[in-house]
Amino acid sequence: MRKVNDVILRTVVKGVVLIILTLGVYLFFSGHNAPGGGFIGGLVLGSAIVLLYITYDIETIQRKMPFDFKKVAALGVLLATGTAIGSLYFNVPFLSQTDGYFNIPILGEKHLTTVTIFEAGVALTVIGTLVTIILSISEDD
Amino acid sequence: MSIEFAIIILPILVAALVPIFHRYLSKNVIGWVVLFIPLCLFIILTTYIPRISNGETFSNTYEWIPSLNINITTYIDGLSLIFSLLITGIGTLVVFYSIFYLSKKESLHHFYCYLLLFMGAMLGVVFSDNLMVLYAFWELTSVSSFLLIAFWHHRKGSRAGARKSMIITVSGGIAMLAGFLMLYAMSGTMSIRELISNVQLISEHSLFIPALLLILLGAFTKSAQFPFYIWLPDAMEAPTPVSAYLHSATMVKAGIYLVARFTPLFGGEMTWFWVITGVGLFTLFWGSFNAVRQTDLKALLAFSTVSQLGLIMSLLGIGSVAFYFGYADESLIYTQATFAALFHLINHSTFKGALFMMVGIVDHEVGTRDIRRLGGLMSFMPVTFTIALIGSFSMAGLPPFNGFLSKEMFFTAALSISTLDIFSLDSLGVLIPVVAWIASVFTFIYCLIIVLRTFTGKVKPDIKERDLHEAPFGMLISPLILVGLVILIFFFPNILGRYILKPAMTSVYPNFSADEMTPNIVAWHGFIPELWMTIGVIIFGIVLYKTLKYWKRVYNLIPQRLTLNSIYEGFFAKSEDISGNLTNRYMNGNLTNYFVYIYAFFVLIVAGYFISSDAFVWNPLSGSKVDHYELILVFVVMFASVALLFAKKRVTTVLINGVIGYSVAFFFVTFRAPDLALTQLVVESVTTALFLICFKFLPEIKPETSTKVWKISKSAISILVGATVTIVGLAVVNYDKFPTIATYFEDAYELAGGKNIVNTILGDFRAFDTMLEVVVLFIAGLGVYALIKLKANKGGTDVEKSE
Repeated sequence: MRKVNDVILRTVVKGVVLIILTLGVYLFFSGHNAPGGGFIGGLVLGSAIVLLYITYDIETIQRKMPFDFKKVAALGVLLATGTAIGSLYFNVPFLSQTDGYFNIPILGEKHLTTVTIFEAGVALTVIGTLVTIILSISEDD
Repeated sequence: MSIEFAIIILPILVAALVPIFHRYLSKNVIGWVVLFIPLCLFIILTTYIPRISNGETFSNTYEWIPSLNINITTYIDGLSLIFSLLITGIGTLVVFYSIFYLSKKESLHHFYCYLLLFMGAMLGVVFSDNLMVLYAFWELTSVSSFLLIAFWHHRKGSRAGARKSMIITVSGGIAMLAGFLMLYAMSGTMSIRELISNVQLISEHSLFIPALLLILLGAFTKSAQFPFYIWLPDAMEAPTPVSAYLHSATMVKAGIYLVARFTPLFGGEMTWFWVITGVGLFTLFWGSFNAVRQTDLKALLAFSTVSQLGLIMSLLGIGSVAFYFGYADESLIYTQATFAALFHLINHSTFKGALFMMVGIVDHEVGTRDIRRLGGLMSFMPVTFTIALIGSFSMAGLPPFNGFLSKEMFFTAALSISTLDIFSLDSLGVLIPVVAWIASVFTFIYCLIIVLRTFTGKVKPDIKERDLHEAPFGMLISPLILVGLVILIFFFPNILGRYILKPAMTSVYPNFSADEMTPNIVAWHGFIPELWMTIGVIIFGIVLYKTLKYWKRVYNLIPQRLTLNSIYEGFFAKSEDISGNLTNRYMNGNLTNYFVYIYAFFVLIVAGYFISSDAFVWNPLSGSKVDHYELILVFVVMFASVALLFAKKRVTTVLINGVIGYSVAFFFVTFRAPDLALTQLVVESVTTALFLICFKFLPEIKPETSTKVWKISKSAISILVGATVTIVGLAVVNYDKFPTIATYFEDAYELAGGKNIVNTILGDFRAFDTMLEVVVLFIAGLGVYALIKLKANKGGTDVEKSE
């Protein structure tokens, strides 16, 4: 591969990726009551990973992040369908969601929902699929 | 969670876990772990026997999609109990047998995963009361059967056999689904029990007969009835435990189950009687006739299974006549046919399971199943010989084996139906016992072939060199248990009758008295016509067996190109040709053409709808005020769109496209839709990156060289698309054909516990869409991965490695 002088890019990316990742996680959790959610959170996290792959070479990133992103996507699908089927266990219709307020030590009273698990599935699928597609196209020669 | 539900879920759950955790289990252990599942289920199910035989039934409902009447309703009565006992009982024996049969080098975790998946699906079929759930499990059995037939997928025959069985059984399944939907349309219920209690309501409906025929199509394809049986002999490519389990004892009996289950609904209808009895009898004859010519022992058993399934099917047809008369003394005799059917169902599972395992043992120890190469194995394998003898003679209908009892009952039913004078039976009825008898003669002949050709005579030289010996003890246990049952049932048939068959008779004939329908089964009736028929079968069978080589030429009378198999293959070759030609004509690889198709249809349907339904209402005064910065954005988008047409390089087009995308994101911001704006921004960035990655594979844009007419029509379509979108955009404001859904959004917090309505739509109101979209996205990702990574090697054309 052509060697480019991309010191600036690399330095900037190091900082930016951290911000993007934080934003992704924030978007994911804020989803239920404010803009954000599983899909957009997953997209932002996925694009951060893609940015890393573009800036550095694939081998370096794969050494640092030894995930098989196909499996990440599969795990996401499993989570999403699992929460759907899981509601049958509680004798309520398929895909029922519920929520409630819980008092957690240190964090205080928090609003917890089962949608979060479902959305986590969505997010993981989006990350996994996005990275799988971009990696397989860029690795092809 | 109820026990019934757990019984269905447990095998499927373990099927999911086996491939994940198999690496922590040694290959020697995995089979034993799996064995535990059917054994447990069998023991649990036996605890139901006393309660079910007291006339109790068990039902539980889980709401699945209540808005569409689809609920997971488990229902256990006598009929489903018989099948579930067979599924788990034979399942236990088959898993036990396969521990010794399959080499430790095979990918055992796949095998047991598919097998358990099948077991769960099959239990789901017999326990479901809801039509849609039954259908789902029904197709799942086809899928798991496909996977099991193709277990040795490096063989061409396995793949072909798997595909054939899949195409035939799934097509039948879809026909059955159509029949189910018709039943739903007629009655408004998805529950089989409710359907049966509303017989009067639907039997007058015009869709009654079509629904009946479509459901029978499903049953016949699954139960390998003529002319759909052709998949079953090819399915013998599967490992022998699979053949013993799916293709003789359980899956092929799903069709029988379906017919028995729907008899209270359709019974008494002339079409039901004639189609089932006619197809069943012909299948009985055709299967036994063709079994005689087979040289592969497994193929022979496959045809014999086809024939025996035909026998059970025809008995159910005869039994359905009882509904014509209603509950009366003269109709009781016809219920005995159904009794015989259920009795023979159990008997067939015992002796046929044993025979398949016997063939597996011969194949395993001798290395061939071809009867032309076998012979004289009796002295080397005495136990296997005993199994073969008992199994075959039971199938042939000889005492003291259980097949004798059910065969006699079959003759009784055939004789009694021939004297009826309804359904124009007075002219055709006499054929029924005649066909039954002829088929039994052929059955007797192939039973003799199994025993005598394999185990007596001289040992052929090429197998003599092998070190012939009896199979390991573990492999013999399962078939020995089955032949033990064959003899036990002969001596104590009434225990089976009272506890297992009697409650099942109540499920088929809810209005009849169970005690009157349960006969006292005895082996000796005196010198009645049935006994003379059996004696005739034996005499003619022996004579025809001895003279086999003189009349074997009969089989060459049907020319090769007219056999069902070549018709099937010809049909598929032809349809592939035609659809290939048709598809190549419009799928020519030119993306511009594809866009033309897509947009032409878009304009046709969307604009067509708006024009035809007069939905285009635009009131220029009702729109809100347009701000000046919105106008700026509009001009940016317009300018970029026009500039796009003049771009000469791909990079330029992508960048200009990005400009449009980001401007749209700004629109979302100004319209206070931060979710959409965020999504649009990120999607735009990712697609731009994706485009840039793809560029190194794409050639430069070439100047267009198409004809003037083509150019004009393309511009026309483009303009029409733009116009349509504009019309739709303007018209939605005033569109009032659907009720508004705004109330959902206003109450989002109460209904879904979230303040962000976009997310409550995605995660709650339309969560089903989101779930399936996630699955689609995943499949698309895998598709891209597979397309790119799994290419044929240079110079190679076929990705699949064949033998």
